[in-house]
Amino acid sequence: MEAFLIRAALGGAGVALAAAPLGCFVVWRRMAYFGDATAHAALLGVALSLALSMPILPGVLLAAFAMAVSVTALTNRGYAQDTALGVLSHGALATGLVAISLQGGMRVDLSAYLIGDILAIDWTNVVLIWAGAFLVIGGIYWRWSALLTVTLQPDMATASGLKPEREQMVLTIGLAIVVAVAIKVVGALLISALLLMPASAARAFARTPEAMAALAAAIGVASALGGLEVSLLLDTPTGPTIVCTATAIFAVSVLLRPWLAITD
Amino acid sequence: MTLISAEDASVRFGATYAVRDVSMSINHNEIVTIVGPNGSGKSTLLRLLVGALPPTSGRVVRRPGLKIGYVPQRLSLDTTLPITVERFLCLPHRQPKSKQDYVLGMVGLSNQRHAQVSKLSGGQLQRALLARAVLTEPEILILDEPTQGLDQHGISDFYALISGVHSDLGCAVLMVSHDLHVVMRSSDHVICMNGHICCQGAPTDVSDSPEYLALFGDRDARSLALYSHHHDHAHHHATHTHD
Repeated sequence: MEAFLIRAALGGAGVALAAAPLGCFVVWRRMAYFGDATAHAALLGVALSLALSMPILPGVLLAAFAMAVSVTALTNRGYAQDTALGVLSHGALATGLVAISLQGGMRVDLSAYLIGDILAIDWTNVVLIWAGAFLVIGGIYWRWSALLTVTLQPDMATASGLKPEREQMVLTIGLAIVVAVAIKVVGALLISALLLMPASAARAFARTPEAMAALAAAIGVASALGGLEVSLLLDTPTGPTIVCTATAIFAVSVLLRPWLAITD
Repeated sequence: MTLISAEDASVRFGATYAVRDVSMSINHNEIVTIVGPNGSGKSTLLRLLVGALPPTSGRVVRRPGLKIGYVPQRLSLDTTLPITVERFLCLPHRQPKSKQDYVLGMVGLSNQRHAQVSKLSGGQLQRALLARAVLTEPEILILDEPTQGLDQHGISDFYALISGVHSDLGCAVLMVSHDLHVVMRSSDHVICMNGHICCQGAPTDVSDSPEYLALFGDRDARSLALYSHHHDHAHHHATHTHD
């Protein structure tokens, strides 16, 4: 196998592994739009990094994190959360697109940031993706029970001596890391899909939160590798093909769910 | 021994006070009930005492290391989160199986151990929440309107359970309740809220106080009638079964 394919497979699998357990919390806590907003902010981060001739990763991390903080601030000022997310998310996406097009002189391949370019990642990218994945998985593993308790009932968690805001911060930071490492793989527009789809598909087959997270990871990796394979066969863009594969797996899980419900 | 106390504690959201200048305390083994009309700050007071809300002014003191068993009104749980009763009991810390068996037996859910929490009925869910709360042998059990949505039968069963837990564990009980007749029968201390504490004390003192009568007025009269009736009934029943 050629080196670029090995790098693509490793990169895709790494992103899918990190996105899966985080995606479960995104589904359970109804944070889907939060994921979207963070991903869109990443594009603004790209523009910022290009303008300052900085490496992309810290810029994206910073922008994604700033987005999370802004949404919380707006929500605390009495704006409905979906309104705050809608405004900030599309505001960031549009500003990012405009700012990238303003990068005078150099030609920027916009679609690489919108839908990713997994076949072009280098070994540094692969290492960064896996470092990010270990951080995210480690953080969630460490706070697992606390995060579950906070998700089920924040006051109940407080009474048990936990701090809901601190646990929420673990998810926010995790989301920023996943977005930052995934932007090269599936792009800003499709990162949410890697969070939501494997977790939602896994729900049909799981009876415990742990099983759902593990299954989501397996489905995510299968989508990444399957999508890579199919995109080579059909000569289609890899990021969207990975998401198509995940969508197909989700559809199958929807069809299977009524039969599995017997064991619920 | 005081477990939790509040001194002139207030919670303000923007310009409006949800709870104003509250001073109260809960002692070891005491049953304290918070009553009051809707929107009177009962739940806010409870969140303040648990530590989920910081006081805007004044202070709330919990004994250091106090073990709290909290029974929320409901879970923010929908079907997207698969979790069995057994797994739920072990949040946030795993508990030995023997203890799980004991509390599940106590609340009558032994056969629901592997059931999905989202599939439980309202009454079963309340009992599962109670089981989780008592599993860690708390020094104080805190319940936020635990019988909301239960029928009359379910309500008296649930209060019987709480009183069983109270005598078993010797823990204090702090709850918000709408069931005035039960409150008046079994509490040591009643706190009547209407934004501030309008009166507090032993049930008999509170039910005679003009503030309480003004607040509940007509409803109170009916509740007390219901109370006497139920009291007679329960008493009767008890004598009957014990004979």
